[in-house]
Amino acid sequence: MIKEERILLRNAGKINPMSIEDYIGAGGYRGLEKALGMEPVEVIDELLEAGLRGRGGAGFSTGMKQRFTSESCLRCPQRYVVVNADEGEPGTYKDRVIMEQDPHLYLEGTIIAAHAIRASKGYIYIRGEYQESIDKTRKAVNEAYKKGFLGKNILGSGFDFDIGIKLGAGSYLCGEELTMLESLEGKRGTPRIKPPFPAEKGVFNMPTLVNNVETLANATRILEKGREWYRETGTDTSPGTKIFTISGQVNKPGYYELPLGVSLRQLIELAGGMRGNMQFKAALLGGAAGTFVDASMLDEEMSYDNLRDKGATLGSGAVIVFSREDSITNTLVNCLRFFKHESCGKCIPCRAGTAHLEISARKLKSTANDKQKLLASMIRESELMAATSLCPLGQSPVLPLKSAARYFKDELYGILTE
Amino acid sequence: MSIQKIIRQFEPEQHNLLNILHALQNSSSGNYLSKEAMEETARYLGLTKASVYGVATYYTMFSLKPRGRFIIRICVSPVCELMKVDIIIKQIESILDIKVGETSSDRLFTLELSECLGQCQKAPSMMVNDRVYKCLGKDSIKEIIEKYRQKAKLN
Repeated sequence: MIKEERILLRNAGKINPMSIEDYIGAGGYRGLEKALGMEPVEVIDELLEAGLRGRGGAGFSTGMKQRFTSESCLRCPQRYVVVNADEGEPGTYKDRVIMEQDPHLYLEGTIIAAHAIRASKGYIYIRGEYQESIDKTRKAVNEAYKKGFLGKNILGSGFDFDIGIKLGAGSYLCGEELTMLESLEGKRGTPRIKPPFPAEKGVFNMPTLVNNVETLANATRILEKGREWYRETGTDTSPGTKIFTISGQVNKPGYYELPLGVSLRQLIELAGGMRGNMQFKAALLGGAAGTFVDASMLDEEMSYDNLRDKGATLGSGAVIVFSREDSITNTLVNCLRFFKHESCGKCIPCRAGTAHLEISARKLKSTANDKQKLLASMIRESELMAATSLCPLGQSPVLPLKSAARYFKDELYGILTE
Repeated sequence: MSIQKIIRQFEPEQHNLLNILHALQNSSSGNYLSKEAMEETARYLGLTKASVYGVATYYTMFSLKPRGRFIIRICVSPVCELMKVDIIIKQIESILDIKVGETSSDRLFTLELSECLGQCQKAPSMMVNDRVYKCLGKDSIKEIIEKYRQKAKLN
């Protein structure tokens, strides 16, 4: 059986997350010290060469994102770093684990990122319901100020960086980066048209780098240990580890940090296998905005590119496991209900479409006739929404819908298989 | 603390709006945003009343109606659903004699639904104000509600 490789979470459960001394004693803030001894462009090169990809779900190159932000609008008076700590994808809690167990880990990565793009201000946008994460991050920020890792002339390098904490208030959509910036400015959480991307016009119209908590935790390790060391784990195009959160019908649901490229079968084994005598039927990868897979995908390499090539998604690293007794239809209805609740209403195809999809999905659960036609029209609608909505929310329902239809047509049609 | 005092802890800039609304709601005995609180916030930040109202009504965590002293937010995401959260919801409704969205007659509890609380390893889960409760079952629900009833008696 494979073993966990705790590169990011090496301190989890071993140090007191509320103590900066503990963190420093475990090698903390050495990555920052190294970064401050380098030119900003060298820090970006290090992340680029390490091959770090954003862990929020999209898997975009972190180094490229930082380069775009550092090179845009050189005359702008201010540049910002925004930490996306608005975790809310169903089945996902990797960022919560980092924030609760080792908050300095991502705070250090944030300061490194700020130095890399020469930002002197930043915000951490944390989900409003994540009270423990909020408390621990607040404490970490206060202690980092006291120790001189934040504020003026950090570690005598001449680099200044201030950070504030902003609270979300129960909107999933605010985890989308442009919507987050609107919310951060004190507005309703509706997405902006892009381009311009945050790298050009972000918060308060200034160049802004938006990075996820887990991404920044990776940045800390890359600076601390170097790109060659980092590339020893994971695959060529998806280096490093991923914190997977596995839940549902397994014996030991929880978070597991594993090299990218691990298979679903290995992950389920590590999570103690299927509960009781249950038989594996399906997994939902990447949450509601993710894809269902069946047993034919159990041995596929879980990396950004391979899953995409196979029509699936790694997304946030959420893995929800279903047994033969569980209803895929129920979960699909739940996902579509969720999108309806979270649609902001700005784009009409999403506002009307998410509502209509939920109504249609409930018909799938009923005894309605002609479910084949119903499902086909739902898929057409979701494709139309994906093509005509501004932000990822309107583009998401197509993912669980099409993948459920691909693997579990008979069940959705109401044909009993067993 | 008065509304003015709470608001003045923040710089008068629009980007502080959500943090201000959280602080105001948390300090109100009915766990809600009163008209007075929103109007005072609009004045302080130089915003229209409409824009503060727009923000307050957009976000799920804010309420414009008085709620109970303890807000129960129960997770209805796919994992909690898989772990039979519907039974737990029915049980809470019957213990408190309310439906989802309502407040108990003693004004102690309001029952709300929540999207994924990120506690899927120990589903089903819920929050009561700031505290998370996991692995919910029939017995634990009774205990939790009793605990808050006792707490209310003490102060």
